[in-house]
Amino acid sequence: MAATRRPGLTRRQRENRAGLAYLSPTLIVVLVVVVLPVLWTVMLAFQRIRLINLRRAGVFGQYTLANVELVLTSPGFWSSLWITIVYTVGATLGSIAIGLVAALALRGRFPGRTFVRASVLLPYVAPVVAVTFVWEILLSPQFGLANNWGTRFLGWDRPIAFLSQRQHEVSLLGWHFDIPLALLTVIAFEAWRYFPFAFLFLLARLQAVPAELEEAARVDGAAPTQIFRHILLPQLGPVIALLTVLRFIMTFNKFDDVYLLTGGGAGTEVVSVRVFNFLTARFDIGAASAQALILALGLVVLLVIYLRYLAPRVEGEDR
Amino acid sequence: MIDRAAVETRVLRVLRWVVIAGLVLVTLFPFYYMALLSVRPIEEVLQNPGRIWAAPAEWTLSTYREVLSPAAGGGQGFLRFLLNSAIVSVAATVVTLLASIPGAYAVTRLRFTGRRQVHFLFLAVYLFPSILLAIPLFVLFTRLGLRGSLFGLTIVYVAQTVPVSIYMLRNYLTTIPESLEEAAAMDGYTRLQTLRKVVLPLAAPAVMANALYVFMIAWNEFLFALLFLVEDRADWTVSLGLAQLSGGIEVSKTVLMAGSVVLTVPIVIIFFAAERLLTEGLTAGADKG
Repeated sequence: MAATRRPGLTRRQRENRAGLAYLSPTLIVVLVVVVLPVLWTVMLAFQRIRLINLRRAGVFGQYTLANVELVLTSPGFWSSLWITIVYTVGATLGSIAIGLVAALALRGRFPGRTFVRASVLLPYVAPVVAVTFVWEILLSPQFGLANNWGTRFLGWDRPIAFLSQRQHEVSLLGWHFDIPLALLTVIAFEAWRYFPFAFLFLLARLQAVPAELEEAARVDGAAPTQIFRHILLPQLGPVIALLTVLRFIMTFNKFDDVYLLTGGGAGTEVVSVRVFNFLTARFDIGAASAQALILALGLVVLLVIYLRYLAPRVEGEDR
Repeated sequence: MIDRAAVETRVLRVLRWVVIAGLVLVTLFPFYYMALLSVRPIEEVLQNPGRIWAAPAEWTLSTYREVLSPAAGGGQGFLRFLLNSAIVSVAATVVTLLASIPGAYAVTRLRFTGRRQVHFLFLAVYLFPSILLAIPLFVLFTRLGLRGSLFGLTIVYVAQTVPVSIYMLRNYLTTIPESLEEAAAMDGYTRLQTLRKVVLPLAAPAVMANALYVFMIAWNEFLFALLFLVEDRADWTVSLGLAQLSGGIEVSKTVLMAGSVVLTVPIVIIFFAAERLLTEGLTAGADKG
């Protein structure tokens, strides 16, 4: 045993070396594929670079604020940012609300619970390309099931183009107003796809709530809504806060879902889709980088605001 | 006076079943509809878009034939895409585990300089917008000639999943009593031997769950596959192939659904198999105490 230990090193130093050695493959991959590219994005964002003159791009290129200026003043940027925020907030709240209802409903025992719990997770684990196509086909104005049944059973005058119509007029109690239809559809999709994520977290937390607590309240004659409000909700608070942060970040950065459903059309162009379009349609790498950077900065700012003012509980939670 | 608790209990008992039924319907119906459309003849679908049932006698498998047969034979060549997806996903899973098992052990058990910073770095990677990463990687891989190679794509998947993987494994490793490792050290095991012969067998359920998680991420991924592989059809993964199929003319929706089924089925099988495997693995560990 002593032979394997090199002389001259304390136990502490050996542990230090082993730790770094064990972690080194991970660190190298993350450094090369994530950290360096991100730093490079920052550089690219301040240079005039298109795919054609990429070879000339280097650390000592000419730095300029032109990209940032171009992005901030380009038509559609601010509306795109606003759309991203609406989309993110809507999808985050939607997925957590549905996840909470699902967790409460599937908490107790019932025949077939294992099967139901597993199938509820399907939207989350299924490939995004496949599920977006099914939604597209279900909602299609020509041969979609939703429109077919809507016109047949719900008395719609004509098919509704859920994914390609920017505004849709609805009348409610004599009031007429427009709703951003495609955006709402995309939000609904996102809530559908990610409620299982919230469901998993919330169910795990619900099962850790001591049964005696609820039992005692029930014996005292508390109604289920009172038990929820005064016993379960306080226990779930930190998890809900954490979920809000996680889902917010994930949705804010989301690309594939919107890209596959609408391609960014009909008032659904979120910033990540815009970045992609800058990159592939215009090959304007500098402008795309600047835009991506603004996305990341926006995210950081919103998070700081959230953590600072809205969710003091989270800080204690994940330390 | 009507008792509020009794009324609510009764109402919620009914409501709960309504919610359960609703959830099952909403989550399973799209998948059922996907499978259904994939076997219905397209003419019939266009005539009766509202039907949600088709007798087995009406089924056609020509959609699957078109999707799976090679492009040279007039099909869409999905067998080839399945192979590509499998190669990338398996490779990403293996490499991720090879990096994350020792990595997770290091952050759980060993004190080394920069341990706290490493956590922050991993959290940042997990939460980072992948579109921001897409630009420099697109440029970098173009320069290195790695764009358009399955190898390059695998590396990207590894980098994106390793941090989460380490995090998940760490949560499990902390539950393994340290005294076991100390005992192994007393028996003359080196650190690497302890990791392989003591920690790894105990952590098997977590490692398995992790492997499936990484596999799913890699199998389902779309953005980087689109950016890196789109130019050469021979390299496409199933997700990319399916997305490109939808843009193609003369591809009927039923063929598209057959492609979706081909893409989804492996994940669903793995998912339902893993559910059982996971609970078995965890309960097996539990009675050992």
